[in-house]
Amino acid sequence: MADAATIEAPVAAAEHGAHRTSTGLSNNKIGMWLFLASDCLLFGALISTYLLYHDRISALQLGPDAVFDIPFTSVSSFVLLLSSLTMVLALSALQRGDIARNRLWLFVTAMLGATFVGGQVYEFTTFYHEGLGYTTNLFGSAFYTMTGFHGIHVTVGIVMLMSLLIKSLRGNLTKENAETVEIVGLYWHFVDIVWILIFTVVYLIEVS
Amino acid sequence: MSSETLAHDVTHAGHDEHAEGHAHPGDKQYVVVALILGLFTAIEVLTYFVDFGGLAIPTLLALMVIKFAMVVLYFMHLKFDSPVFMRLFIVGIALALSVYCVMLAAFQFGT
Repeated sequence: MADAATIEAPVAAAEHGAHRTSTGLSNNKIGMWLFLASDCLLFGALISTYLLYHDRISALQLGPDAVFDIPFTSVSSFVLLLSSLTMVLALSALQRGDIARNRLWLFVTAMLGATFVGGQVYEFTTFYHEGLGYTTNLFGSAFYTMTGFHGIHVTVGIVMLMSLLIKSLRGNLTKENAETVEIVGLYWHFVDIVWILIFTVVYLIEVS
Repeated sequence: MSSETLAHDVTHAGHDEHAEGHAHPGDKQYVVVALILGLFTAIEVLTYFVDFGGLAIPTLLALMVIKFAMVVLYFMHLKFDSPVFMRLFIVGIALALSVYCVMLAAFQFGT
């Protein structure tokens, strides 16, 4: 028969939250990291496709040099970068138990994300009116697919942020479940690092 | 990786996870990291307006890698979190790079 100490040890550990799972790591966090690792493959394939097709344009068709507006895209990049800071400040505030600041930073992050997506919609519209449609050439197809998928990721991130905000306003987001914000934050920062790659490889190197 | 090594990693991961809440940077450090990222982005944008010659592409690639690493290490907390998460992410990046290499090879030799 097991003695009292053998029984009490895991109970004490569970009370302190030291080993909630068999691995000692949060399953939700492992799940998000696995998803992000698999998403690397998606964006790896999209960026690779773009790099292989970006010069498949005829002399009369619009190419990257003709359509890219670097100053405009630079502002969008700064906006997305700033949203990563506000996201991490939202998590930090919740970990301190500062609910009001957490709500503020979550809202600001969502608004910065919406600004970025709005900029992308404006960019796509401008390119389309300049003559670069989705099926104009391989450059257009690869560019719209890659940046479009990124924009969809940002949009999904905004939905998650707004869900967190609603959860917080209902009083269900507290210091104790700060991990939820951390997991959404991981997704948001991932979207940011993908843009760091796209902005350099697709936009800046293309026109330099 | 042997089961003993994995068990060792996971055991340490559990301890690291337990301690991670205390090891995360403060708000000031996050702001400093963001300012550095902003500065690097400004230098990247500068390559569009100023002629860097042959240094442009190496500069852009170096800054891209540094910015990527800073976000992953500080904002995504991989510097402070369990090494298991770092390994998961590195596997993803390695697979993504191999996809590019395979596609490049396919276009080079297969067409």
